[in-house]
Amino acid sequence: MSLFRGRRILAGAMTVVAAAAMTACGSKTTDEGGATGVSADVSGDTVKVGLLNSLSGTMAISEVTVRDAIMLAVEEINAAGGVLGKKIQPVGEDGASDWPTFAEKAEKLISEDRVAAVFGCWTSASRKAVKPVFEKNKALLFYPVQYEGLEQSPYIFYTGATTNQQIVPGLDYLKAQGAKSVYLVGSDYVFPRTANKIIKAYATANGMAVLGEDYAPLGSTEFGTIVNKVKSSGADAVFNTLNGDSNVAFFKEYKSAGLTAAAMPVVSVSIAEEEVKSIGTQYLEGQLTAWNYYQTTPGAANSKFVAAYKAKYGADKPTSDPMEAAYVGVHLWKAMVEKAGAFDVEKVRSASDGITFDAPEGLVTVDGKTQHIAKTARIGKIGADGLITEVWNSGKPVAPDPYLKTYPWASGLS
Amino acid sequence: MTAVTPAPPSTAVAPAPAGAAPPNPPGRRSRLRTAAGFAFGAALLFAVAPLVLSDFRLALLAKYLCVAMVAVGIGIAWGRGGMLTLGQGVFFGLGGYAMAMHLKLADAGPGGMPDFMQLYGQLDELPLWWRPFASPWFALPATVLLPMAVAFGLGSLVFRRRVRGAYFAILSQALAAAMVILLIGQQGTTGGTNGLTDIKGFFGYDLDDPVNQRMVYFIIAGTLLALLALTRQLIHSRYGELLVAVRDGEERVRFLGYDPASVKLVAYVVAAGMAGLAGALFVPAVGIISPALIGIVPSIEFVIGVAVGGRATLLGPVLGAVAVAWARTALSERFPGTWTYLQGLLFVVVVAFLPGGLASLWALARRRDVGARPVRRGWLPAARRRAERTEVPAA
Repeated sequence: MSLFRGRRILAGAMTVVAAAAMTACGSKTTDEGGATGVSADVSGDTVKVGLLNSLSGTMAISEVTVRDAIMLAVEEINAAGGVLGKKIQPVGEDGASDWPTFAEKAEKLISEDRVAAVFGCWTSASRKAVKPVFEKNKALLFYPVQYEGLEQSPYIFYTGATTNQQIVPGLDYLKAQGAKSVYLVGSDYVFPRTANKIIKAYATANGMAVLGEDYAPLGSTEFGTIVNKVKSSGADAVFNTLNGDSNVAFFKEYKSAGLTAAAMPVVSVSIAEEEVKSIGTQYLEGQLTAWNYYQTTPGAANSKFVAAYKAKYGADKPTSDPMEAAYVGVHLWKAMVEKAGAFDVEKVRSASDGITFDAPEGLVTVDGKTQHIAKTARIGKIGADGLITEVWNSGKPVAPDPYLKTYPWASGLS
Repeated sequence: MTAVTPAPPSTAVAPAPAGAAPPNPPGRRSRLRTAAGFAFGAALLFAVAPLVLSDFRLALLAKYLCVAMVAVGIGIAWGRGGMLTLGQGVFFGLGGYAMAMHLKLADAGPGGMPDFMQLYGQLDELPLWWRPFASPWFALPATVLLPMAVAFGLGSLVFRRRVRGAYFAILSQALAAAMVILLIGQQGTTGGTNGLTDIKGFFGYDLDDPVNQRMVYFIIAGTLLALLALTRQLIHSRYGELLVAVRDGEERVRFLGYDPASVKLVAYVVAAGMAGLAGALFVPAVGIISPALIGIVPSIEFVIGVAVGGRATLLGPVLGAVAVAWARTALSERFPGTWTYLQGLLFVVVVAFLPGGLASLWALARRRDVGARPVRRGWLPAARRRAERTEVPAA
């Protein structure tokens, strides 16, 4: 008796399949084909833009606030008559905190909805996942979050800080305060690991000692060991690149170990007003943050932004740096389109250089070469009321330098 | 293709039989039905889908079919073998990374290095363990053999020691968690959380070109059909019956003189190989492989698809995997804010009312048509009885 029955029939079926496959694959193309950009649909009296944020999953808590800020900007622009006389019609998609989903949704927004630009993404991994999609289709993404630098895609505008606008000023501030040693604590993913590489290069060049470097898995809440190591290291300061929930556990542990902001300050680069609220001000009071915008940043543009945001979403909702950067991104896109006189991506890109916007964080200028924006760096101190007040700023906008080419100590980094 | 398959009139054209452990050897009619089913599946995947779907939707279908390949493997290991494997992401990832490493190296050109290594790793030269993947003769077999080897190693240890049930499930899941931590920790050489992205070419073909994306789809569809054919042979062979016997009464099989550990090992290794192949084909279809695709959550999602489809049947896992993935896309596009609730509701409904999975719907409908047995107790209990016959309670 044969071990495998019905062999002949199966072989027949397989032949059919193989034949079908071969005829289907008959049309091979040359390599140079490819990359036909899908142009945006601007035929009607509206223009579609894509909103790509995680509305579910671990990143939702942060990314929903960004979505809200983008919607606010869209409404403001529509109320003022739209862009080139067309009202903006937002198309929302959920990235679901899942990187391939981001890529899928980006493709959908570009090829099915034919949007003129997409606003969103938060994590580096999601940006890396959608980057090829935007480059392939020659479509535009406005990315609103501070990130690890070392990137410059022709189809992405980076409206958050790159490293020389956030991390380097944070280190400069610590150095000016007399810190001789730092301890690095971060979540285990690309941004903290890359940021810490930069920090170590900076420390070596500036005579600062890095006494330790520890990573916790994303979402980890077990910090007993790490905090003990931090404490026994006796470092002058801690540089914190932890993300999300981990901060809650870390700062609770930090306080219960008897460490204080006065004795060993923690500089955080991922804690904004929204996170301060959820971590609890009793654990954070007096600690430092490095950003480009705080809810308390002075200026008429910010008062207007904060008032409009609170009026739309509730008086208890704080505004934060990534939200502001997302809001700025929409306005910058509008200014670029109007300067170009068209929605065409290549025209918008070539019109981008030198575009300025009186943003809530102060005047920002688009650098057409890197497609980043010049932003003022600000170090803030977390207050008992949960708001962050500025203790230092760079005085003027810092020109973006994603590859840190103007810093001799960073020459080995890229 | 029509010449091969004059479908018997009594069994309408349908995607193959549910094939749930037939008590009798499959006769001529059953074989014809299988062939008809395969021809129908081939027609659907090779002719209908490319005609009616846009390039974007076809690329999504390619992604779903990759998930379906993993599901076919889980159908063997879990549905037929009773091993609830919650770590198929590991094998999917091994296959995916092996393929992505080769494609990244091919993109970089001879002597080149993948872009991320200079950025995150500051490496001057390619790490030793990357080098073999430059050769397609190493990388391609590795996509399947590497996962199979890992499964063999783990399986030999685990099944000999008679680890099963929840302990096996936990162990397989721990493996997925460990692999993710390893990949993220070695950011300089693995790309960390970003994974390997921005894959431009596939053996000389430019993946940005829609025609070549179509070609990738056809390769995936063909591979899935081939895996289904292989699986059908496997479950209808004596080995397949032995596997079910081990699932239903491992001790009894042992006393009959068989070695249940080897029987389970084969199913586990085959399932791993299928997951590896799926991962390898996922990379050119989607252009990314990352730890987020292979950890605990995606591993569980693979199993959910199989459960929804009907784990002990041939086609159930495929239908379930595609249905779950399709529903995810469709729901999230229509209701970006609330789709997760709807998806959860869908799972609850299927598990509560169709414990045999979607595949049991077909069996149910067929029984009604043919009226082979007097079924008067309504469709719900019938579905449940059917499910009880083809499934065992979790070990």
